[in-house]
Amino acid sequence: MKNLRNHLGLLLPILVVAAMTLWPVITDSIANRENSFTILKAIALASSLNILLGYTGYVSFGHIVFYGFGGYFGLYVVNELGWSIWAGILIGGIASGLLAFLLGKAILRLRGAYFALATIGINEAMRAFINNLDLFGGPIGMVLNFSVYKEYGGAAQASSLSFYIMAGLTFAALVISHLVRTSKFGLGLQAVRENEDAAEVMGVIAPDAKTWAYVLSAIIPGMVGVLFFFKNGHIEPPVAFPLHSSIELLVMVMLGGQGTVLGPILGAFAYQGMRGYLVTSDIFKDIQLSVSGVLLLLIVLFIPAGAVGWFRQRIPALRRVLA
Amino acid sequence: MQQFNLLLTSLPDGILLGFVYGVAAMGLTLIWGVMNVINLSHGPIIALGMFGTFILFINMGINPYVGLLFIAILGLLLGVLIYFVAVHRVINAPHLSSLLATFSVNMIIIGIGTAIFTTSPYNVDFSLGGFKLGSTTILGTRLVAALIAILVTGGLYLFLYRTRPGKFIRAVTNNRAAAELMGVPSTRILALSFGLGTMLAAVSGALIATFFPFNILSGGSYELKSFVIGVLGGLGNPIGALLGGLILGILEGIIPAFLETSWVPVIEFALFVVILLVRPTGLFGAKQ
Repeated sequence: MKNLRNHLGLLLPILVVAAMTLWPVITDSIANRENSFTILKAIALASSLNILLGYTGYVSFGHIVFYGFGGYFGLYVVNELGWSIWAGILIGGIASGLLAFLLGKAILRLRGAYFALATIGINEAMRAFINNLDLFGGPIGMVLNFSVYKEYGGAAQASSLSFYIMAGLTFAALVISHLVRTSKFGLGLQAVRENEDAAEVMGVIAPDAKTWAYVLSAIIPGMVGVLFFFKNGHIEPPVAFPLHSSIELLVMVMLGGQGTVLGPILGAFAYQGMRGYLVTSDIFKDIQLSVSGVLLLLIVLFIPAGAVGWFRQRIPALRRVLA
Repeated sequence: MQQFNLLLTSLPDGILLGFVYGVAAMGLTLIWGVMNVINLSHGPIIALGMFGTFILFINMGINPYVGLLFIAILGLLLGVLIYFVAVHRVINAPHLSSLLATFSVNMIIIGIGTAIFTTSPYNVDFSLGGFKLGSTTILGTRLVAALIAILVTGGLYLFLYRTRPGKFIRAVTNNRAAAELMGVPSTRILALSFGLGTMLAAVSGALIATFFPFNILSGGSYELKSFVIGVLGGLGNPIGALLGGLILGILEGIIPAFLETSWVPVIEFALFVVILLVRPTGLFGAKQ
């Protein structure tokens, strides 16, 4: 019983993912499935970023680099070598994880804003590099062979399959996030976040802990990248490494509440919902970016702990459920 | 031999551009040095400077170099406004807060700018002719821009080292708490520094507009260049920024002679990351 209570925090996230998966099935609508896909993708990416940002306290401005890097590797083996999408996703995750491991060894020594700057630099360097790499199609990118979809019963079927894989990946991201949060490893990360030097004194091997947190936060984005570009059928450098998407992810985590499992979910919902509304609204569509900017500014200035943090501070009874 | 000729033509251009990059980076690095804030609204402000030149020259017929004065004053005021609205409350908060606060300013400016100017390219049709230097032609606008960049740097140096507010800025850069204890009005000085930073960004944008076409999103690439230059020259070191700008300009002049131009950003950003790792204080030392 006590064990179950420890995992109560996972209850709400699982319910949300289940609802998001069932919603398009019940309404039998492809439009809903696309919406749901976008939100699930945002949840998976934001939750992954949260492992580094929320638990470890390192601000990565270029986290999208793993999404693009994994996506390129995965799509390459699916398209050029004819491997299955499952193998492609695995390769994408491994590629991103390896990249994170190597980068982490180097740049996690930097602290605060220097780390943030380095991640921007890496994203831009990677984008420019892939742009010059003929193996991956250079500036034109790669277009998926239509025959690849045949194996899965056509493009429509493949798109439907992608949706369920996406739901699975989102679920995995949330479970990882929850396990990290409740484990001793996660406790070490949170100690690093509060005070890295003190954490080291207390026996946390900070460089290792940080590197593994970085790797964990990179694997799922790599897999999501493969899946997204497989569904999309096309990958090119500006779409694979968009710096502004990195920042959107930060906004989502910030909005919902960093360092919580539920926060990135709420943030992803709120951000995507708001964007959807602003882009289509008659009054705001021309200046939707400015309106988002004003909202972001208000949140940063007045509710820095995010929605979940705000509720936890005010209603202690919710603390167990709103993990 | 062909490479050598190419080098001769592209190197002077690169050097002249480097001075202008230096001014943009100086603005970024000044703000970083004084308040440890990385100003992510730097790019859009550079773009606003470009549009300032466009409006003043095309719509009102004011000479771009006279217009520069107006743009500088407006840039200063805008910076002070941004400081009080977005930055002041998060100045002591963790880095994420100030990064996101300035990024939200970035979104606001880009959003309004896109609504007004759309994202189609603009061009300021202004020419001072050029002259031959050996086998290369040097454009008058670039030469004047480089001279103005040097003047601006000299002016900033004099301001920081010879005037009272400038000395206050340096005091706050060194140690804000101690400066406050000595009676330095730190809030006003922080606002002034932020204003100066955005002023430099706007001025560099105004200069760039005289020789390159631009749109509201163009500031982004100069913002990234400013990061690279700032780190090269040492974050928080304005004079280092000018030297860093020169280095970047020279790189941009040299690399196309040996590799395709598309490799320039790869080398720039790789250099950026390496410098951050090996010598985070930059080549010329951080804060002075």
